[in-house]
Amino acid sequence: MGSPSTINTTDSVEMKNPIEGLNKLFESRIRLGVMSILMVNEWVDFISLREYLEITDGNLASHLKALETNGFIEIKKQFVGRKPKTSYRKTPAGKQAFSEHLGALEHLIKKKS
Amino acid sequence: MESSEKHLKDIAVIKQMMERSSRFISLSGWSGIGAGFFALLGTAVAWRYMAEDEDLSTEIFLIVDWAIVLILALVSSFFFSWRKARKQGEKFWSPVTARLVWIMMIPLFTGGALSIIFIYQDLFQLVAGITLIFYGLALVNAGRFSHRETVVLGITEIIVGIAAILWHRYGLYFWGIGFGLFHIIYGIALYYKYDRQR
Repeated sequence: MGSPSTINTTDSVEMKNPIEGLNKLFESRIRLGVMSILMVNEWVDFISLREYLEITDGNLASHLKALETNGFIEIKKQFVGRKPKTSYRKTPAGKQAFSEHLGALEHLIKKKS
Repeated sequence: MESSEKHLKDIAVIKQMMERSSRFISLSGWSGIGAGFFALLGTAVAWRYMAEDEDLSTEIFLIVDWAIVLILALVSSFFFSWRKARKQGEKFWSPVTARLVWIMMIPLFTGGALSIIFIYQDLFQLVAGITLIFYGLALVNAGRFSHRETVVLGITEIIVGIAAILWHRYGLYFWGIGFGLFHIIYGIALYYKYDRQR
């Protein structure tokens, strides 16, 4: 199950899907995964996120940046001893966007079956 | 419909990430059965020993007996969970596992410290109950990050522990029931609910 192939990094999915509720930002499975993790946790640090998602630092950082730019997550930087530690948390806007996206996904699946 | 396939896979990713980041789902039913088996074995050995001679060395014998049971139970439950994690393609040691161990440590160390104090103060008859109660508290904590059945087992252990203190003359038997019998029941329940169909 947990093979890296479950997450693809294609951001180039055509933006022609005008279905209500689906959020384009969550077309990336990594961003979707990050939000899923943050939905069931408070603050999650970068290293934990990387381990859950099984991806590289650079890849994760760029996706986190996109989520932050959109105001879906907030960042906290602190020092543990001498090591810097960056943690992330969902914002109310991010929580709402994710819930809507999930609702739309479920709705679409029900309609098809 | 390829887009509906994508949606299904998206849902699967959401579920997988939520579970992986919040629950230790690799706990195997065999872990409970293994731990319970060693606890029953340890109780049987202690019972036979005590039936033969009841002198001062009984306490030392019991402490050694319980320590061996603890080690065997820990090793076997870690082994079965590690094996299940590997089968599921999940990592055994993850940030969730670390959190789980940490929140269990607090009640377990408290119970351990109290047990040692009671042994030194000649209150040995309370130790069986104390270990059961604090182990139960650790399980109730752990249930937040694992299968919900763990909370039920935790509450059961606390009740058995209180009974073991109330009727401390029979502490050894309550210890065997709590750590042995109920672990096995819990293990079988986990096995039928989560292990078998996968």
